[in-house]
Amino acid sequence: MGNSQIWKSIIRSGIPRTRRQRMHAILGSVFLHLHPARLPKHAVKIGYTWCMGGLSFFLFVVLTITGIMLMFYYRPTVEYAYTDMIDLGEQVPLGIMREIHRWGAHAMVLTVWLHMLRVFMTGSYKPPREFNWGVGVLLMTITLFLSFTGYLLPWDQLAIWAVTVGTNMARATPFLGHEGPGAAMLSIGDINLVHAGSDVRFALLGGRFVGEATLLRFYVLHCIGVPFIAMIFMAVHFWRIRKDGGISGPL
Amino acid sequence: MNEEKFIPEASVGVPQNKSSEEVMKRRSFFKWLSIGWLAFTAATGGFFTILIRFLFPNVLFEPPQSFKIGYPDEFEIGKVDLRFKKKFSVWIVRNDEGMFALSTVCTHLGCTPNWFDTERKFKCPCHGSGFRSTGVNFEGPAPRPLERFKIYLADDGQIIVDKSKNFKFEKGEWERADSFLKV
Repeated sequence: MGNSQIWKSIIRSGIPRTRRQRMHAILGSVFLHLHPARLPKHAVKIGYTWCMGGLSFFLFVVLTITGIMLMFYYRPTVEYAYTDMIDLGEQVPLGIMREIHRWGAHAMVLTVWLHMLRVFMTGSYKPPREFNWGVGVLLMTITLFLSFTGYLLPWDQLAIWAVTVGTNMARATPFLGHEGPGAAMLSIGDINLVHAGSDVRFALLGGRFVGEATLLRFYVLHCIGVPFIAMIFMAVHFWRIRKDGGISGPL
Repeated sequence: MNEEKFIPEASVGVPQNKSSEEVMKRRSFFKWLSIGWLAFTAATGGFFTILIRFLFPNVLFEPPQSFKIGYPDEFEIGKVDLRFKKKFSVWIVRNDEGMFALSTVCTHLGCTPNWFDTERKFKCPCHGSGFRSTGVNFEGPAPRPLERFKIYLADDGQIIVDKSKNFKFEKGEWERADSFLKV
């Protein structure tokens, strides 16, 4: 079977019999080659690595898939958002897709944090891994921003006010927010360049307050914009791990 | 074995019999290259600028900022009017000296306070900020009084509230004439 034309066309290498063939089987597959072909023993010491980084990525994949499933029924408008969210629990088969998505989101924030803790505790941020630590911090910020944008989508009281409070904090950002330090500096004569209708809060909300425009913007950011950026930085993060010598182990 | 080895011209510096036109081509190559890169950078920069500008909407589908609220005698002295709270996010307050329009946005983090008539105060449900009927904060985490909106009389005698102009007490703006209507 391993020598049939169909097999060779899909899987390319034959059934591996030597070490070299085993390595080629891994390296030649677009999915399998993302992992190293060989692992040192310390890479699977759960007591040392905690496996939180891997779990975070696993949860990201789960959230992406459950998120796409939710998109089949959820409409991001003021008229439908809340009732669609209720229907996802009461009318849609199984009725737990939203719950899996939500619990997965909470779990991912937790695993990302634990991963950061583990990397710190094992000193895995030291040279040559300092840059990757920075990328990791960026990924954590992205994870939190995903949580923030997703929080608005049920469009209930908790959602609206949490986002109101959060975006009100945004208007105090230095230079970018109209009530922040430095905003007055960015002016041409008498005209303020950064005002309530042109600061970062206005761009986030798509208006003056949390309304229909905000719901749509946060939906787009949550489903496409931020995951896209997250995937780019995850690619960098995983690439750097391989390049810096694989998962760090005890000295 | 072929005795004549192939020796590329460039490696032995064969005397250049090229005309001056062809020699200029090399120098102008870099000029064109720089122009090309400059154009590419300008185009990319322009594209990203357009992208950012795209995110700031020109048209907002929101309730009108300026609206009429009726005649002065429709408002009792000493009363906080709640009729325009839901639709326009504004309280109309009338006292002995006149009328003013208070913003319903709590100055702490933006929730909507409620008016308690028996206790004569606004209380915000989110973190407990308290404001007097004038809008001045007196308890809770609110750092400054509620903001007031521009209020004036139209030609037909009705009162107009214009939310696009707001007045902050802590900046002394409550002294300004259009933040208060003398009726």
